[in-house]
Amino acid sequence: MIKAILIFNNHGKPRLSKFYQRYSEDTQQQIIRETFHLVSKRDENVCNFLEGGLLIGGSDNKLIYRHYATLYFVFCVDSSESELGILDLIQVFVETLDKCFENVCELDLIFHVDKVHNILAEMVMGGMVLETNMNEIVTQIDAQNKLEKSEYMNVFTGIFCISSLYTQAGLAGAPARAVSAVKNMNLPEIPRNINIGDISIKVPNLPSFK
Amino acid sequence: MALKMVKGSIDRMFDKNLQDLVRGIRNHKEDEAKYISQCIDEIKQELKQDNIAVKANAVCKLTYLQMLGYDISWAAFNIIEVMSASKFTFKRIGYLAASQCFHEGTDVIMLTTNQIRKDLSSPNQYDTGVALTGLSCFVTPDLARDLANDIMTLMSHTKPYIRKKAVLIMYKVFLKYPESLRPAFPRLKEKLEDPDPGVQSAAVNVICELARRNPKNYLSLAPLFFKLMTSSTNNWVLIKIIKLFGALTPLEPRLGKKLIEPLTNLIHSTSAMSLLYECVNTVIAVLISLSSGMPNHSASIQLCVQKLRILIEDSDQNLKYLGLLAMSKILKTHPKSVQSHKDLILQCLDDKDESIRLRALDLLYGMVSKKNLMEIVKKLMIHVDKAEGTTYRDELLTKIIDICSQSNYQYITNFEWYISILVELTRLEGTRHGHLIAAQMLDVAIRVKAIRKFAVSQMAMLLDNAHLIASNTQRNGICEVLYAAAWICGEFSEHLEEANQTLEAMLRPKVTTLPGHIQAVYVQNMVKLYASILQQKEQSGEKEAAQEITQLMIERLPQFVQSADLEVQERASCILQLIKYIQKLQIKEVPVAEEVIALFAGELNPVAPKAQKKVPVPEGLDLDAWINEPPSDSESEDEKPKTIFHDEEQRHSRHRQPEIDEEELARRREARKQEQANNPFYIKSSPSPQKRYQDTPGVEHIPVVQIDLSVPLKVPGMPMSDQYVKLEEERRHKQKLEKDKKKKKQKKEKRGKHHRHNSLHTESEEDIAPAHHVDIITEEMPENALPSDEDDKDPNDPYKALDIDLDKPLADSEKLPVQRHRNVENLKSPDSEAPLVEKKSKKPKKKEKKHKEKEREKGKKKEKKVVEEEDEKKGEDLDFWLSTAPPPASTTQPQSEPEVGAAVVAEPQEVKKEEREERDEEEEDEGKKSSKHKKKKHKKEKEEKSKDKKKSKKKSHHSEEETTESVQNGTLDDEPLPPMSSYRLLAENPYIKMTYDIQGNLQNDSQVTVSVIFENKSTSFLKSMELNVLDSLNTKMLRPEGSSVHDGIPVPFQLPPGISNEAQFVFTLQSIVMAQKLKGTLSFIVKNDEGSTHEKLDFKLHFSCASYLITTPCYSDAFAKLLESGDLHMSSIKVDGISISFQHLLAKICFHHHFSVVERVDSCASMYSRSIQGHHVCLLVKKGENSVSIDGKCNDSTLLSNLLDEMKETLSKC
Repeated sequence: MIKAILIFNNHGKPRLSKFYQRYSEDTQQQIIRETFHLVSKRDENVCNFLEGGLLIGGSDNKLIYRHYATLYFVFCVDSSESELGILDLIQVFVETLDKCFENVCELDLIFHVDKVHNILAEMVMGGMVLETNMNEIVTQIDAQNKLEKSEYMNVFTGIFCISSLYTQAGLAGAPARAVSAVKNMNLPEIPRNINIGDISIKVPNLPSFK
Repeated sequence: MALKMVKGSIDRMFDKNLQDLVRGIRNHKEDEAKYISQCIDEIKQELKQDNIAVKANAVCKLTYLQMLGYDISWAAFNIIEVMSASKFTFKRIGYLAASQCFHEGTDVIMLTTNQIRKDLSSPNQYDTGVALTGLSCFVTPDLARDLANDIMTLMSHTKPYIRKKAVLIMYKVFLKYPESLRPAFPRLKEKLEDPDPGVQSAAVNVICELARRNPKNYLSLAPLFFKLMTSSTNNWVLIKIIKLFGALTPLEPRLGKKLIEPLTNLIHSTSAMSLLYECVNTVIAVLISLSSGMPNHSASIQLCVQKLRILIEDSDQNLKYLGLLAMSKILKTHPKSVQSHKDLILQCLDDKDESIRLRALDLLYGMVSKKNLMEIVKKLMIHVDKAEGTTYRDELLTKIIDICSQSNYQYITNFEWYISILVELTRLEGTRHGHLIAAQMLDVAIRVKAIRKFAVSQMAMLLDNAHLIASNTQRNGICEVLYAAAWICGEFSEHLEEANQTLEAMLRPKVTTLPGHIQAVYVQNMVKLYASILQQKEQSGEKEAAQEITQLMIERLPQFVQSADLEVQERASCILQLIKYIQKLQIKEVPVAEEVIALFAGELNPVAPKAQKKVPVPEGLDLDAWINEPPSDSESEDEKPKTIFHDEEQRHSRHRQPEIDEEELARRREARKQEQANNPFYIKSSPSPQKRYQDTPGVEHIPVVQIDLSVPLKVPGMPMSDQYVKLEEERRHKQKLEKDKKKKKQKKEKRGKHHRHNSLHTESEEDIAPAHHVDIITEEMPENALPSDEDDKDPNDPYKALDIDLDKPLADSEKLPVQRHRNVENLKSPDSEAPLVEKKSKKPKKKEKKHKEKEREKGKKKEKKVVEEEDEKKGEDLDFWLSTAPPPASTTQPQSEPEVGAAVVAEPQEVKKEEREERDEEEEDEGKKSSKHKKKKHKKEKEEKSKDKKKSKKKSHHSEEETTESVQNGTLDDEPLPPMSSYRLLAENPYIKMTYDIQGNLQNDSQVTVSVIFENKSTSFLKSMELNVLDSLNTKMLRPEGSSVHDGIPVPFQLPPGISNEAQFVFTLQSIVMAQKLKGTLSFIVKNDEGSTHEKLDFKLHFSCASYLITTPCYSDAFAKLLESGDLHMSSIKVDGISISFQHLLAKICFHHHFSVVERVDSCASMYSRSIQGHHVCLLVKKGENSVSIDGKCNDSTLLSNLLDEMKETLSKC
């Protein structure tokens, strides 16, 4: 079983947290902090396993993590999971993110944490590995996005109708605002006004798990 | 109105969305908390709006804030609102939020049950998927119970995407609702052979997770898994299976033997490191289970160790780590094979990676011997000095102590060395393990008598330098060692050379800054010290010196009397008074030393850690019973006294009948005495009589290692363990020389005899004699100590509940609760397949049954027997499988499937039986009432007994019961009902037979579910079955998104010969007033030895009007109102030539046409049903002689006439 999945950056700021066991919000934050402290002080070229010990219940658990550019991906698992298998799973996860966001970078995760959750949900469910085939995951995600988009389209047509209604009713200005709002919503990516240089996650080509 | 709605969505455009929120937080780095609290206020406003889009947006933002650590449980209700949105986009947001913040304590969670159920049965697979994902995170026992059946249904969903999710979530359901495991297990097992690899993997995953906790229940699956292991190519599945085998082998050594070969092959062939590693791991597990009496597996061990060495030498730190991890497992059973790699492991101690160093440390534990202990510990001590970071240093410290103290200090030859190591360890700063060191010091000093003198001198030095230890910080854990030091100096004060000096050191004002419990020990031991000094002085006649020391005590003790710690204060003031009294006596020149020393006479023996727990609770003693009246609730609970060294072990008291008699009282007294005797802190007058300890000999009878001390060792000044290492080497060298000399002498005398011996001697372990006269006192255990260690198990283990025997046939009480408003027909749907299996094995429990009932019971018993036989067969199969060479893969197949197949076939009859049984029961009840209440009382009692069991049944068969209750109004009819099946033949050819049943879907007014049972009649394998139907305008088959109307739907399973299985297909329809017929084709591939052929079977799917009806109970008053309302059309029919009884007739109508009886008077009954689109249908059925007339009323006349026509047809067959 996977007990928790955490993503945080080099400064310990959480980018995603998924706990498959109940912890209060305060405990969750504490776990994230402690995990960050454990993981961040480790060198680049040491092993990717850490005995979690005190963090999440019992010595049976391990922290398995990977560090990509600015982000740490940490999985807390118990002894029923294969260590190397989970490492590969992290790789699959990151590659999937890379596909879904097209050159994923930390900003994608910052602004679209919900999407990351949705992608994760296709891989891990309730702490158990659901799917490890990236193509399958991407297919399901795409299909869901399509469904979502079709639902949005209905809203759009609605709004365009309305904007014409507004014009008829003499509410000047409103249509323009509505349209700009729609545009804004339609934009798949957010304006990257915060320039943090090149922080795109490089996905190294690791020996595949297949 | 429209405008308002539109305005809502436009407003929404100007709300902050998630991205704005994130951006805002990033722009307010200084006052983030303030900004977020502003945002939360905004969100609260948004949540108040009606627009679901606004709400969803707000919930989405809350989910983000939850990640930042903000509690969002206050919005739980809003989250549920968003979850129930009709749009997938919003639903997903809702479920995500719920999965992040809902838990068992969330009170509104019970409101979600129906919403989740609705989503689970949604036609959109992503709605279902999202609901399953969410549910997996917040499933509660209630949800698990209520939804278990729905999820079971989804396990046979047509889409693999849903199937795999449903299979995975079952594990969570089992955890929360263990009762569901047995009914669901057959289907779970079936999924192991699902055609979709994802579903298969999920099933493997769940079973592995279950088996890991309770492996013995899953042993019977071994052949199936073995087959999977040899056939699967998916590494994920392989790893899981191999891990599972690792858990199973300890239970069945024969399995291990069978596994070795394929695993070795995998090890040689695989290129995936992860798989290789797991194989090695499982081989190790196998070897451990075989460790005794299987010498010929040394090749496997060598292979493992070799592979692991390769891993450890790899430059990849991950492999290195795992190699060490696996190595430590081998170490337990085959230490010799690991010890040869000592060089490699010591090398790993220098690795820059802490995880690897820790693993290497673990290995060291098993590698020490008498010979290399000092060397290894020396190396570790160097690491302790070098170590950065307290965690690693603490780990080192505990490891050193573990290594040295393992198996009763087996490897320590020189305890002076060990004490000095301990003393050196006290110089560590900031360690948390002061108490560990202290415990070791105490243990060694108490148990190794010979070392006491040395220990006392060291401890005295520690006390003298207490300021060094205690000065750093108050909270410093290391000051715990002073506790030990003080106690040792006090208890063994006779060995102290400079007692005066030590006493003064203990009386220093600085001492008062120590923690309370240490001060208390100081005070107590001061007196011991004082007593021995007093004795010494009196014996040597130095009266003045004796008085001086008394004066010193009187002067210094008051500082402890003022202590804030109660214990210290109490002891100090008590002792102060005592010493004042001594002073008085001293002034009168009365010798007091003897009396004072008598206070501390007697020896304190160590007590085994579990001794207390092992004292058997005397019969009749109820530790939970109140001695006095329980105190009122208002009393605050006393604070738990802080224990000093050991946490008080939980006591699991057992409930026993309190019976007290004289003997018992005597026994208790005895037990209490014994407890006191065993308590190291309880001062007793004399050592406890030895004879009490039958199991463990007392101090005097301890086997003492008698070794003559060649060189008395003493290192002056503060000890340095290194010096001991040198000294020890010298000593050993000397010893060796001496022995050699002796041997030589002997050799001269008797040459030939010892020749061989000598060559062995030089290196052998036993040769290294301990430097001390070591008598390790074994720990005391109480009389009749319970030998078992079972009490170590945690009674609150959540996995314990899942320790369920899965091979046992299912019992009646175990069926899954079915949704309340589901009806009889539902039972026949495949989702209740498992509950039906259990009925087969139903135990006869109603003894009051009539003869006929009994007869049927017999039949049932027969069935039960069959099941049992099958079971036995299974057991035999496992034995057979284990005992022979690898069987052909096919042998495993029939094992799992026939049962399932049988269940499906037997199903409809079973249902009927069940139904009838209940009906008869009710009727009997009724009958009793009317027939003078003869046996009534007696029966009622019995009824009561079976009520508990029945309750669950009643609940699940609610509608059924409703039916029978109404029927009971009529006359008693004993005649049994013939078996009925609602499954009708769809089509048949030499290969396959299809039967089908149609059920309405209550949740969706335009959908029906068609369940088709496919039965393979041939001896070939049927696969790639695809069912296609030519849609009509009105009725359409629901196909996966993106497929055209001409595409068929694949049947989600394959059929081995003789097997049947059921699949469900959903159809949408517009109008339901008319019966429909759809043409369709089933295409499939027949595969046998000669090859495979493509076959087709055409069929006509008949949607009768009755299939649109859903059995709905109706009360007679509501029924009357309905009839009065006047908006119903009426029609009637009459059928002649009816010979069956009225009861049968009603049952037939109920069963085939989905009606329920509202009321029955003699040969007249009113019945009711409802269509999925809400039409009411009322019937009045009257039976004349050889004829039946039915009057019907319905909202829709066409529907009614069609229904009546169908009914006519049914009845005319009678």
